[in-house]
Order: sequence, then structure tokens, then C-alpha cells
Amino acid sequence: MNNSKDNILSKIRAVKRTEIPLPTIGEFAHPADLKKTFCEAILSNKGEILTQEGFMEIMASADFPKRYSPIEAYRKFNTFKLPQDPHALNDLDLAIVQGQFGVAENGAIWFEEEDLIHRVLPFITDHLIVVLSIDNLLGNMHAAYERMDNNHSGFGVFIAGPSKTADIEQSLVIGAQGARSLKVVLV
Amino acid sequence: MSHPVEAEAFLKDKATSKWHDETLWFVRDKRDKVSKTVPEWEELRELASQIKDNVLSQLEVYLEAFEKNAVANGIQVHWAKDAQEHNKIVLEILKNKKCKAIVKSKSILTEECHLNPFLEKNGVEVVDTDLGERIVQFLNQAPSHIVLPAIHLKKGQISDIFHEKLQTEKGNDDPTYLTQAARVHLRGKFLGAKVAVTGVNFGVAETGEFVVCTNEGNADMGVHLADVHIACMGIEKIIPKREHLGVFLRLLARSATGQSITNYNSHFRSPAVGKEIHLILVDNGRTAQLGREKFRNSLKCIRCGACMNTCPIYRRSGGFSYKSTVPGPIGSILSPGIDLQKHSSLPFASTLCGSCTDVCPVKINIHEQLYEWRQEITKSQSALNGKSIAMKIANGIFSVPFAYHVSGAMMRGALKILPESVTYSGLNTWGKGRDLPELPKESFRNWYEKNRK
Repeated sequence: MNNSKDNILSKIRAVKRTEIPLPTIGEFAHPADLKKTFCEAILSNKGEILTQEGFMEIMASADFPKRYSPIEAYRKFNTFKLPQDPHALNDLDLAIVQGQFGVAENGAIWFEEEDLIHRVLPFITDHLIVVLSIDNLLGNMHAAYERMDNNHSGFGVFIAGPSKTADIEQSLVIGAQGARSLKVVLV
Repeated sequence: MSHPVEAEAFLKDKATSKWHDETLWFVRDKRDKVSKTVPEWEELRELASQIKDNVLSQLEVYLEAFEKNAVANGIQVHWAKDAQEHNKIVLEILKNKKCKAIVKSKSILTEECHLNPFLEKNGVEVVDTDLGERIVQFLNQAPSHIVLPAIHLKKGQISDIFHEKLQTEKGNDDPTYLTQAARVHLRGKFLGAKVAVTGVNFGVAETGEFVVCTNEGNADMGVHLADVHIACMGIEKIIPKREHLGVFLRLLARSATGQSITNYNSHFRSPAVGKEIHLILVDNGRTAQLGREKFRNSLKCIRCGACMNTCPIYRRSGGFSYKSTVPGPIGSILSPGIDLQKHSSLPFASTLCGSCTDVCPVKINIHEQLYEWRQEITKSQSALNGKSIAMKIANGIFSVPFAYHVSGAMMRGALKILPESVTYSGLNTWGKGRDLPELPKESFRNWYEKNRK
């Protein structure tokens, strides 16, 4: 195994090259209206934007019988006990999770392991609702990586929409292998 | 193999090949539209290109830093000098885990290494979980496009194979219905798999983490439910710092499908409690390509597929005509480096129009490298074929101004009277599938002399 490492590295070293310096990433203008741009991006990714009233209506309805949220404020709505084994999350109808921040240019919302409890939660659930603070909207991906700079999580993910595919004749189908819908509530 | 012969087979089905052409152009058009909404688009391409230039000039430094940081994070790092060693490492991990079935998300590298047939030969069931890849796997085919694996198929064919494999209703070719059937089928596979294999879009030297992008969420469904995650990564996929992900993630999906970002972009830094992540760093010809100065920057490729969608040849000949894991313009500069004999016709499968270079998010000079490969190949081919006779004659004509002058007038006369059997003979390979343009009555030179006053 180490043989191959040495083999690869020595082959690379044998190639004479001049060091080319790394460029500096400059500042780019952010969208003027972060909320508007973010919402448009979510819609274009085939997600939905929920009002707080709309969110409460869903919580009061019987539409999603098995619900789980790790968020303290919404635990009262939980009808599904967090299992030890994440495979049991396969029965979950709806997960409600808190995003750390959202990126206006593309609708990407950042989560770390600690926000999800089980890494598979936002993928395996049938439907996903994300709660996100309007104060945590950023302009672009550069701002996003700057923001998470000091964080150190074993797993982090940008989720920008529901699971989707266009692999059959380029026809867009929502709900491929992961969550069938993504609804975002801005608070 | 010969690209023109394979392309001819693809073009026999006129309706499908026309659809293929138009659909890929539509994807290219979406890329154009979305890129124009980003004012700094050209600046981002330049940054991406420069970051990759830096990576290739310091590859050994970044790889060692990446390994050190990944190991510190609890990732087990393996090195494979070629496809064979890569496959052996995967099998060894599976044997240690007594694993007989795996789920795998999209990885061009594992296609390049022919991992699936190797594992199957060794008694391991492989389930590709990207919908397009599952479809082609059912048909015993390879992907024909690196981003759109089943773009060569029509929904009727998919309906037929799903009817056979997944017992869907005969004749029901509704994409939503078929996707739903695949979802149910794949859900069972995800829940049962102990080991999941993925590719890697970016490895970050600074943090020892790696990033995997999908729209379906299939990579995450696999790895988070399995006990072991095996990630297969070409050594050129390294980037120096986390902040560079900002540049590449802005470019990747916009270039690939015209989306502003893929819906899932997962950053793996360390395994979850009680689980394992293995990462295999693979050479398989990449260090050799690094040593070819003219072709070095083909290693900057981030596998977005934009050069395929825009290429007039790819769109009209289909991915299979290249007989290469990575087809299209980028494949035609990567594959000759791996096997020059086998892929010698690929650099000629281009009009050298430069559209590939224009859309490349990391600014690889693809069409110039195609031209360079042509020269390498022409030099290395001693045997004369039809095209080279014609080329030799043309070469003589272009190098002597008088001969060019006279032969132009002769050809304008001759082409009018020569029967098609001569102008479209086997000697003229360009006559195949092409009509000659309407001939002008006089040359530009004659016209200019008459009209200069």
C-alpha cells in the first residue's frame, strides 16, 4: 500500500514544474434583496416557501402522521420517537430541521451533523421542512465558506431543494431517492 | 475502434439522434442563461483555472497534506497506482466486512476502473443508485454521458426494461411513474447495504474533507445507512482550501445542467460514531498525463459535461461512439493518454470549432489539445490510410502557392463534372454523411482582381 503511495508521489515529483501561485478570491457584489433572491432560488430548485401561518397549519393538520424535529421549540409536534437505528427513520413522513444559514444566489442551506442528529435524517424522510432565520441569509457561496470557517463538524451539507432527477428523457421528476419535498420557513 | 464507424451506427435511428442533438443543445442553452445571471462568471472561470494550475504545480504537496489531515479526521486513506490495485483495495475492504452487496452512487472513476464487472466476478452484487446509472446497468450498458448517463435512451426503452426488471405496467412510460418504481426498488437496496461506494467531486487538502454532489440524494442515502463508506477519488480532484469550494460549487452545476447548484452537496470530514470511511486515491495514468506538458491541464477537468453538451460532434454521434469512459471533447484528450492505439480516432472527432473551450468552467484549451493530439497521432501512424493520402495531397497543394492557385480553378471545374461516385468515393472520407457546398463560379482571388478598382 505504501509502495503505491511512494510510487505515485515520486512519479509526480519527477515531473519538472514551476510553482504557479494561488490566486486571491476577490469580493463580489451580493444580491441587493437577499430574501427575494433566496426565495426565487428555492422555487427554481423546486422547493417551496412556507409562511409561518402555513407552517402552523401543516403542524395542526393530520397530513404527515409521523413527524420528528430535533428543534427544541417544535418538539411538541413530534409524533415519532427518534430511533437508535437510523434505518427506522424510513417510516418518517416529515422532518423539521433548523438550517444554520442560507445562500441567496442558489438557495443552498447549510447543516451540520449536530443540526440533524442522524446524518441520514434530511434524506430518508419523506418530506422536509427547514426553518431558517432571515438574519442568516448570505449573498453568495464565498460568504458561506467564510461564515463556516471555524466550524469543525464530521459532516456538513448544503441542501438546496428536494430530491430530483431528469434521467428519463430530461423530464424533471421531484422525489427521486431522497425527500419528496423541501419547504422553507423564514422566521 | 473508429469513431466515424460507431457514429454511423448511432445516426441510423434518425429520430433518436435528432432528439439527442436537440436535447443536449437545450442543456447547453440553460447553461448559457444561468451563467449570464452571474456577473463575475468569467472571473470565476479564471479563478478556477488558476487554482487548478496551482494544484497541478504542487500536486505532491497537497496530496500529502490531504492524507495527513484526512487520517487525523479518522478517514482511512489508501493509494492505488492503477485500476487493478483500486479494485483490489475495494474487494479487500468488502471481504473484511463479509459484504456481498453494495450500493454505489455515480463515480466516473469506478467506471474507468471497471469496478462493477470486477466485483461481480468476485461474487459481489453492485447496485448503481443514480437513476440514470441504474437504468443503463439494467441494460448492461455503460453511461453514455458523464452527467446524463441515460441520455441515449427513450422512455419507451426504459419502460420496457423496468417492466422486465421491476414489474412495472407494460407500456407505461410516464417518467414520474417509472421514477417512483425505481425509488421503491432502490429504497430496499439502501436499507440493506452494509457498504456504500461513492465518487468524489472535490478533496480539500487543508481540512482533509471531501465533497460529493448529487441531485437525487442517492450518495447520502447509501453512505449514511451503511456501516462503511468507500470513496474513490482521482488524485487530480484535490483543491487546496475550503474557501476554493466556493468558486467550484458556483461553477459546477451551472456548467453541467444550468442549475445554480446541485440540491445536495455533502462534506465528509470524519466518520459517524461506530462507522468507517475509506478513501482511495487513484493514479491510473494521471501522473503520466501530468508529465505531458501540452496535455497537462486536461487534469483540471471537474467532470461537468459542458463540453459534451455543446459539441456538434458529440451531440450528433452519441456517447457510445467514443468507446471511452469519458466521451466527448474532454474524453478525446484524456483517453489517448491512456491508450493511444485504441483511442487514436478520437482527436479527429471534432470540428475544432472551440465551443468546448469556450464553455469549460476551468478554461481547459480543449480544442487546441485535440489539435496537438492529431499531430502526435499522425506522427506515430506510419501506415497510410485513405484520409492520409488526401491529407498528403492537400499538404502539397497548400505549401506551394502556385499549385493552390491552379488546383482551385481545376477543382471548381472538375467537381461540376465528376460523378458523385468519384467525389463521394471511399477515398474521400469527408464525403460520408456530408454534402459538398455550392461551388462559387469564381474564386475570391479572381473576384478581387476584377473588383479592386
